[in-house]
Amino acid sequence: MSKNTLYDKVWDSHTVARLDSGQDQIFIGLHLIHEVTTPQAFGMLKEIGSGVAFPGRTIGTVDHIIPTLSQIRPYEDDQAERMMAALEQNVNEFGVRFLHLDSGKQGIVHVIGPELGLSQPGMTIACGDSHTSTHGAMGSLGFGIGTTEVGHVLATQTLALNRLKVKRIEVTGALSPGVTPKDVTLRVIHDLGIKGGLGFAYEYGGDVFDAMSMEGRMTVCNMSIEGGARIGYVNPDQTTFDYLEGREFSPEGEAWERGVAYWREIASGDDAEYDDVYEIAGESIEPMVTWGINPGHSVGISQPLPEVGSFAGEDRKTAEHGYEFMDLRPGESILGTKVDVAFLGSCTNSRISDLREGARLMKGNKVHPGVRMLVVPGSQQVKQQAEDEGLHEVFTEAGAEWREAGCSMCLGMNPDKLVGAERSISTSNRNFIGRQGSPRGRTHLGSPAVVVSSAVAGCIADPREMGEQA
Amino acid sequence: MSTKRIEKIVGKAIPMPRDDIDTDRITPARFLKSITFEGIEKALFCDERENTPDHPVDNPAHKGANMMFVGKNFGSGSSREHAPQALKRFGIDVLIGVSFAEIFAGNCFAIGVPLGVASADDVNALIRQAQEEPETHFTVDIGNSTVSYGDRVIPIDIQETRKAAFLAGTWDMLANLRGNLPQVEEVATRLPYVTNFDSEAQ
Ligand code: SF4
Repeated sequence: MSKNTLYDKVWDSHTVARLDSGQDQIFIGLHLIHEVTTPQAFGMLKEIGSGVAFPGRTIGTVDHIIPTLSQIRPYEDDQAERMMAALEQNVNEFGVRFLHLDSGKQGIVHVIGPELGLSQPGMTIACGDSHTSTHGAMGSLGFGIGTTEVGHVLATQTLALNRLKVKRIEVTGALSPGVTPKDVTLRVIHDLGIKGGLGFAYEYGGDVFDAMSMEGRMTVCNMSIEGGARIGYVNPDQTTFDYLEGREFSPEGEAWERGVAYWREIASGDDAEYDDVYEIAGESIEPMVTWGINPGHSVGISQPLPEVGSFAGEDRKTAEHGYEFMDLRPGESILGTKVDVAFLGSCTNSRISDLREGARLMKGNKVHPGVRMLVVPGSQQVKQQAEDEGLHEVFTEAGAEWREAGCSMCLGMNPDKLVGAERSISTSNRNFIGRQGSPRGRTHLGSPAVVVSSAVAGCIADPREMGEQA
Repeated sequence: MSTKRIEKIVGKAIPMPRDDIDTDRITPARFLKSITFEGIEKALFCDERENTPDHPVDNPAHKGANMMFVGKNFGSGSSREHAPQALKRFGIDVLIGVSFAEIFAGNCFAIGVPLGVASADDVNALIRQAQEEPETHFTVDIGNSTVSYGDRVIPIDIQETRKAAFLAGTWDMLANLRGNLPQVEEVATRLPYVTNFDSEAQ
């Protein structure tokens, strides 16, 4: 059993009771809500005549269903309209803060939590969305929950949970030029498998994480769940504090000092013990791109696609299915695979640093005529910042579309969808069949750099080979 | 703490012979669009009821029934919570069958609907009894794991941990969590971030 890790410390300080089911009742420090997983949960509250136990610890926004082109009400999709209207009514009725479109602060929950300083080290953070692991980058325990559990948090600010084991993922040395946090997370999932993290929280550490920006850490923690780990976190350090200082909900003055002292305390101790440790040499990581139908189906961009024989049992069938569905062959190169769509966005890669990186590579280039490219900032604040820096012009001049904040083409719940058997290169986190809105649509996941280099080339291309830009 | 012990259920039964009734038949997919469970009982078997004039669910002889006898692999298919919700809201408090799909069983437990498993012969006997003499009142005894009518007693299997939770009234996780609200307050007071590190407020 792990000892004295951040996970253990946060778990212990948030334990309310031991339940008959053998689970622990855990206090939830921050509850983020959005339109998709809440209507039934609020309905449950109404049925039992309960209010929200700690309304100040819940905050809502809208992201999944929001159109990124025309946001005029009522929305064309009446399911979306109904979800939106239900959320508006519920937050009003239950007195929950809501960051609506006119707040200037709306965005994907996992982008706005850290951005506003709501997500802080040492917290437990829950949201009805699996990518809540993102907030682990702040040195918190963030995890996704189902609708019934959303109801539990609303009514009691607690959840019944099983304690996880802790696996430390140590990335040593340094990343090579052109290799990004997205490549690190795809590599971790490649090595440990999409079920490797089941029952574990991942603690990411080592030189590469020490040197990584906060937004990079968010990208990595975001995809922990794709490797089966419900939680992934990085210990808070000076980088974390520098990021948090001055944000809207961060403490100020003396309270800030007390906060920093507490956050230092909550980090894993030097004597921390882990249930397991996995090490990767940073230098061995290449830009990664997925070739198949789950996020574990990835390959170093210059490597040949893996032989089906390298997979065992059920995984072999999935790999075969993956090759067939994606119309690719083992042994070949992924480079040169023609793409129809390029998507830069989602809670994995839609923050200002992602857009800056994309714009840096895009500058002076054009999106290939055969490619439709969408650039979708993760929040209204990111969008504003990008426009202040003129990044939007770099994208639009190159022929990409610049959209309003939202989940967009990460999933088929809003008008941004693949059509037919279109093939996309995407910075999002899931390449499951049908994920981008077309049952036959094909998704390749990669970093913002890979998405831009591929958008320009019209096919999957190595960003390290783009000509030096002025 | 509010206890919701489930020990004994007495009432009439709806017989649903046939195996592999999946969740899509229990609550057709188009009802997944609805954003609350309110009124979901109207969806119960609605497609097949439309095409089956004497469907057991509509048969006036079974009106007021609070249990259902089903075949093998009931509740298979998609994991939607709508199916057990529709059954419960229709008034079904317990199901006896030959076997149940696992996720369906978990969803039933979460909303306090016990499932009893009996041999195919015993289930057939129950189904026939309910069909031939619909006024029969059956008694499901959770503690003793039996279903009985007249002087016939049929043994049923109820998963042990779930049975214990039904008998103790601890199956309702939300009620358990709410029961500890005073301790929740205490934990909240101890966590410095709850006041955003404002020591005055602590
Ligand atoms: S961007 Fe995608 S993964 Fe992230 S919250 Fe939205 S739908 Fe979920």
